[in-house]
Amino acid sequence: MIGRDGLTALVEVLRARGYTVVGPTVQDGAIVLRELESAAQLPYGWGVDLEAGQYRLRPRTDGAAFANAAGPQSWKTFLHPARVRQWTAERVDGELVIEADDTPPPRFAFLGVRSCDLRAVAVQDRVLTAGPHPDPTYRGRRSGAFLVAVECTEPGGTCFCASMGTGPAAGPGYDLVMTELVDDAGHRFWIRGGSPEGTDVLAELPGEPASEALRTAAVHAVASAAGRMGRTMPDTDLHRLMAETLDAPRWDDVASRCLTCGNCTMVCPTCFCTTTEDVTDLTGNHAERWRVWDVCFNLDFSYLPGGPVRASPRSRYRQWLTHKLGTWYDQFGSSGCVGCGRCVVWCPVAIDITEEAAALHDWTRRAEDGAS
Amino acid sequence: MDTDARPALAVWKFASCDGCQLTLLDCEDELLPLAGPVRIAHFLEMSTAEDSAEPATLAGTGPYDLSLVEGSVTTAEDVLRIHRIRRISRRLVTIGACATAGGVQALRNFADVEEFRAAVYASPEYIATLDTSTPIAAHVPVDFELRGCPIDRGQLLEVITAFLAGRKPNVSAQSVCFQCKRRGTTCITVARGIPCLGPVTHAGCGALCPAYGRGCYGCFGPVPHPNLEAMVRQLRHDGMSERDILRVFRTFNAASPEYAPVPGLIAEETTHPAAEEGPR
Ligand code: SF4
Ligand code: SF4
Ligand code: SF4
Ligand code: SF4
Repeated sequence: MIGRDGLTALVEVLRARGYTVVGPTVQDGAIVLRELESAAQLPYGWGVDLEAGQYRLRPRTDGAAFANAAGPQSWKTFLHPARVRQWTAERVDGELVIEADDTPPPRFAFLGVRSCDLRAVAVQDRVLTAGPHPDPTYRGRRSGAFLVAVECTEPGGTCFCASMGTGPAAGPGYDLVMTELVDDAGHRFWIRGGSPEGTDVLAELPGEPASEALRTAAVHAVASAAGRMGRTMPDTDLHRLMAETLDAPRWDDVASRCLTCGNCTMVCPTCFCTTTEDVTDLTGNHAERWRVWDVCFNLDFSYLPGGPVRASPRSRYRQWLTHKLGTWYDQFGSSGCVGCGRCVVWCPVAIDITEEAAALHDWTRRAEDGAS
Repeated sequence: MDTDARPALAVWKFASCDGCQLTLLDCEDELLPLAGPVRIAHFLEMSTAEDSAEPATLAGTGPYDLSLVEGSVTTAEDVLRIHRIRRISRRLVTIGACATAGGVQALRNFADVEEFRAAVYASPEYIATLDTSTPIAAHVPVDFELRGCPIDRGQLLEVITAFLAGRKPNVSAQSVCFQCKRRGTTCITVARGIPCLGPVTHAGCGALCPAYGRGCYGCFGPVPHPNLEAMVRQLRHDGMSERDILRVFRTFNAASPEYAPVPGLIAEETTHPAAEEGPR
């Protein structure tokens, strides 16, 4: 068990070990992820009110640092960045010299990885490194990363990890895991190691063994969070649901509301799609290839000779939802959704993945009733 | 280097404020590198000489490999001149909202030009003007349209570089939201309830306004096939009045055909009490 001073020490120890510590902090009206110089930058005393299409900070009197839910970014911003230079080419004496970009990857320590996000990192691990052609940028950033997970005790109105089986208790994959408790006995964190390096770091922190009472209270706080999720996914085989509803009228309904702005995909911690941009300079002697985030709501995304394959908003929204909840299983053996609720919050027109899935589910049930 | 072998660049002005041409002059660090591989043959804002020799005329001499055209067509002379420029240019690229959508001066398209003429000018009989302000592409074929009011410096250089290299410019038609998210800005609509046109606006500015806490007001014009019905509903939800919604679409790209349904949508929303709340 550590106190607030233990958290301060944790950031110091990680920085001393050469890590770039990234964690939550308040900026521009939201709890964003940023490099932290000290634990004093953590969002002590800030909670959030989350609704579809709406995010508001709310002061808390208890001074808790982690009694809030997923913010606008996810760890994808650091592991699979929005823009990466892949190679440069120079024309030297008429010869083309191509050089891969081998900027050494930063060594990140992520402080405050939520259970859903821990799962999202595991999903991206599978997508980006498990195949025959692992992505060097992701692998470089991921392999050296130190993960400090935080279990959720205060789920948001848009959270539904409990119904996706991805939280609020942390699954495997962390180096350290914490559960925050603020009560009459004070502000404390029950902290456990999950890897040899995690245990090493833990040994350097000022703290004391956690009492049985503290452990029980922490387990209880996390278990009770499971019952306070603001959203739930329909309890059905989503993979099958997606395959069976490709012609549902609901897709037209959601397309009439969707702006195809792509915000949902970009905030989603598992969406991984990119495109390449080749740039040249005015002399024509220098060229660079950049990889940038791209998403299936972009018309260029499915552009083939003759035009975009998915031109209608209906087909683009359907691609997003069926990939997340359906075809992801065929491709990567799991759901592409971990229930973080980001796509619900950051959709400017409040389109809600759980509501859309529920509407599709209702439609199949009505179709069944009609048939019987 | 044999000067004659370099591609010739021309920059033209029609009805406009000169801001987009200034963007080119503002490329200070790149202007000299540009003047190496390119012959800047006609650019009145920079030099009164044609090909740094004889005095330049409004019509130019030609031929030019790449013509950048700023401004919209608002007079009978403009119509003749743009046809001539097209004839003497191998590639023609329009720069900015005026050349690409008619500009803010296209507000006349929604009003009576006679009334303007009488109200604004002391001697209206001296003013010869068309009833409309139209984009260049309404008159001649255009090879590429660069959006923005004004255009973005980086995008302009990209377009010139791409044409020099004979490749397609990296200018995507995605929405401002894409750039906003890539930049790491927290969405001001969601976090602060500020109305923002980003979801229906063509990217290009790098999502500048939201990064400074103000809503996008659409200076790069519409994305292809914008869902204006949903956008108008959202702007109302974020507190914009009917008048303000109409006004925010009636700026630099007022005459964009994509915006044509806006007045009808506003009227519809007002006449349907059920739409007041809207499906949220
Ligand atoms: S689909 Fe939505 S809720 Fe699911 S992981 Fe992605 S952003 Fe989170
Ligand atoms: S939902 Fe779209 S952007 Fe996300 S991974 Fe699938 S195809 Fe890519
Ligand atoms: S669902 Fe929402 S966030 Fe996603 S593209 Fe549509 S309007 Fe944008
Ligand atoms: S601030 Fe505007 S441009 Fe940025 S994501 Fe939100 S709606 Fe889109």
